[in-house]
Amino acid sequence: MAKPKIATAALSGCFGCHMSLLDIDERILQLFELVDFDKSPIDDIKEFTGPVDVGIIEGGCCNEENVENLRKFRQYCKVLVSIGDCATTGGVPSLRNMVPLEECLREAYFDGPSVYNPSGEMPSDEALPLLLDKVYPCHEIVKIDYHLPGCPPPADTLWEALVALLSDKPVELPYSLIKYD
Amino acid sequence: MNETLQDTVTRICSSFSGDRSRLMDVVQAVHDECGHVPRPAMEMIAQELGISRVEVESLISFYSFYTDQPQGQVVIRLCNDIVDRMSGMDRVAQAFSAELGIGFGQTTPDGTISLMYTPCIGMSDQGPAALINDVVVTNLSSDSAREIVQELKLHLDPTRLIKHLGDGNNAHELIQAMVNNNIRLKGDMLFSVINRGEALNKALNISPMEVIRAVKTARLRGRGGAGFPAGMKWEYTRAAKGDKKYVMCNADEGEPGTFKDRVLLTELPDRVFAGMTIAGYAIGAEEGILYLRQEYAYLKEFLENVLQKRRGDGLLGQNVMGKEGFNFNIRIQMGAGAYVCGEETALISSCEGLRGDPKNRPPFPAQKGYLGYPTIVNNVETLCCVTKILELGPASFNEQGTERSAGTKLLSISGDCKLPGIYEVPLGIELSEVLKMAGAEDAIAVQVGGASGQMVAPEDFNRHICFDDLSTGGSIMVFGAQRNILEIVHTFMDFFVEESCGYCTPCRVGNQLLRQRLELIMEGKGEPADLENLEELCQTVKTCSRCGLGQTSPNPILSTLKHFRPVYEAMVQEEKDGFQPAFDLRESLAVSERIIGRQSVHVHS
Repeated sequence: MAKPKIATAALSGCFGCHMSLLDIDERILQLFELVDFDKSPIDDIKEFTGPVDVGIIEGGCCNEENVENLRKFRQYCKVLVSIGDCATTGGVPSLRNMVPLEECLREAYFDGPSVYNPSGEMPSDEALPLLLDKVYPCHEIVKIDYHLPGCPPPADTLWEALVALLSDKPVELPYSLIKYD
Repeated sequence: MNETLQDTVTRICSSFSGDRSRLMDVVQAVHDECGHVPRPAMEMIAQELGISRVEVESLISFYSFYTDQPQGQVVIRLCNDIVDRMSGMDRVAQAFSAELGIGFGQTTPDGTISLMYTPCIGMSDQGPAALINDVVVTNLSSDSAREIVQELKLHLDPTRLIKHLGDGNNAHELIQAMVNNNIRLKGDMLFSVINRGEALNKALNISPMEVIRAVKTARLRGRGGAGFPAGMKWEYTRAAKGDKKYVMCNADEGEPGTFKDRVLLTELPDRVFAGMTIAGYAIGAEEGILYLRQEYAYLKEFLENVLQKRRGDGLLGQNVMGKEGFNFNIRIQMGAGAYVCGEETALISSCEGLRGDPKNRPPFPAQKGYLGYPTIVNNVETLCCVTKILELGPASFNEQGTERSAGTKLLSISGDCKLPGIYEVPLGIELSEVLKMAGAEDAIAVQVGGASGQMVAPEDFNRHICFDDLSTGGSIMVFGAQRNILEIVHTFMDFFVEESCGYCTPCRVGNQLLRQRLELIMEGKGEPADLENLEELCQTVKTCSRCGLGQTSPNPILSTLKHFRPVYEAMVQEEKDGFQPAFDLRESLAVSERIIGRQSVHVHS
């Protein structure tokens, strides 16, 4: 029987959740025994090679590329998991939701005290994805099956959740793994 | 200018002996004289009463009838509760707005007339209705709204708008209101002949403990909706330690669709005050406070007069009815437009001159209430029942009703029925029977218990109105076949979002979220899982909120989700691709496209 496949992505976040995933230490070897990685920064596969069992999303959606990416994950993944506070709530990037987008961009490219922008242009290259009106948590864009809070969720939390998902067991994490104070 | 404002404030504050707990009255008086509370006056009030300015400002910002901004000499407050909406409020609103040339929330350029919405003013049986300053105008139409504005422009005197007087005491020289009582069914208890002084006399001839025993034997439960046994409340308060004790009558009838206290106060004020006096005797209090909602300010002068007469006749004051050592007096505390003040601890806060924030319980008011003294808070109707119990004996009271819900209950019936008004019925009556009396047999839904109550579907019309089944403070709102259930629920959520005091997050934020999610479903952007989420969020708000407001505000959604599930299900659809229908990429990129000056590669490719 083929090993289950997993895919991961970091959207609008800090990559900290992926770092936390690496924090499972030597268990990463065990993980590679258990699963095959498809599209993921961990193995640097850029496009899905086919359907995937579990998709893991770090970060919320701040631009059109995030949305495209997330929607692709929804299409390819049987189970989709939001991990970390950015994916589940918008997190730190969503602080900009309190300021209108136009004001944000003006501050970044024109008015900020350290801005050097002699041409006075707003960056508009097509390689730069357009920003959304605000930062959205993932479940507002696509249906999400599981949420793992934490900034970042500890390695043990990720490990336990993954093992449960991959072995078709209910994801019932002990309180100690989802308590953050 | 400032000199005179200072004089005004000083005079007003000293008329209340610089008592900080009378801040509501001070602010009201300044408001009456200046038309608003100018910001400099806040500082002055604070100094006179020895409190900080923010305490004054926060109180003013809390109550909807107070403002720190100049407003028109005449303020039109159009009632926007659901029943008024159903009886044509929109047309009336348009007429007011067009004739005045302003929108809601605005004041005419000459500064004479302001226009705004207000939640239920207790006139659901004769809506659309509005308050024009203190004057109530009922049965409005677009024509009468236009006439009102034209007349006001001539004389700016709302009292001259009243062309015909209502029935009963509404025509009393001290009331002079066009309000009608609409008493449709008089029961044996509340609307029977009143023998002024008899109940009190009988009470004073037995011991306070015996009075409490009579109330307990009668199995009287609170008529405000919660149904707490009145005798037990009195017993606790009597037993509590305190140098002083207080009796409060809750006449802050703000639950949408309730108007029975309005009628009791109009027709049976002596019974209300006698009930308070008996309560005072029973628990050992010397002071009573009637907390009257601002919307009923048109009754204030009349009620003050009734109190004055009772003082003159020895029914209040020193040695009441010759009973040596029993002194009791009553004052009226005006509210200022805050639904949450109907909650007893919020009501106490308000009487203490604070924002109407609920307090933590325990301690319960029976132990630590008004100004820290043991206090009972009873509904207007409960106190009326007390007089009957003393007059005719407990047995005559509980021979009607059921074992656990004794006596009769006043119902305020409004909405899609032929005979809206007040009905005194024995508790335990079937809802269908009530609907038949009111001419509402073809109802598709009935909201029992006001906005915080529950929506009942036709298959449940055989349920019983009593504390253990369909509990209500009196409000019964009937909806006919032409009504949209989700719109009704949405109106209730608007109400709760507006009336949440904001103290605790589950209620302040939770109600906003509930409304948002409901809107999503109403727009057809929901999916089946959203219904479960909605239900879950309702439970969170109910469980985590600090007071009755948030603990009951999800009820309209919860009860319709339960009894009218197909209405919701018809609005949601399973998304096969797993994308959220509420998210529109094109829309969320519109701002960016405009600022950056190019189109999205993703949306337009």
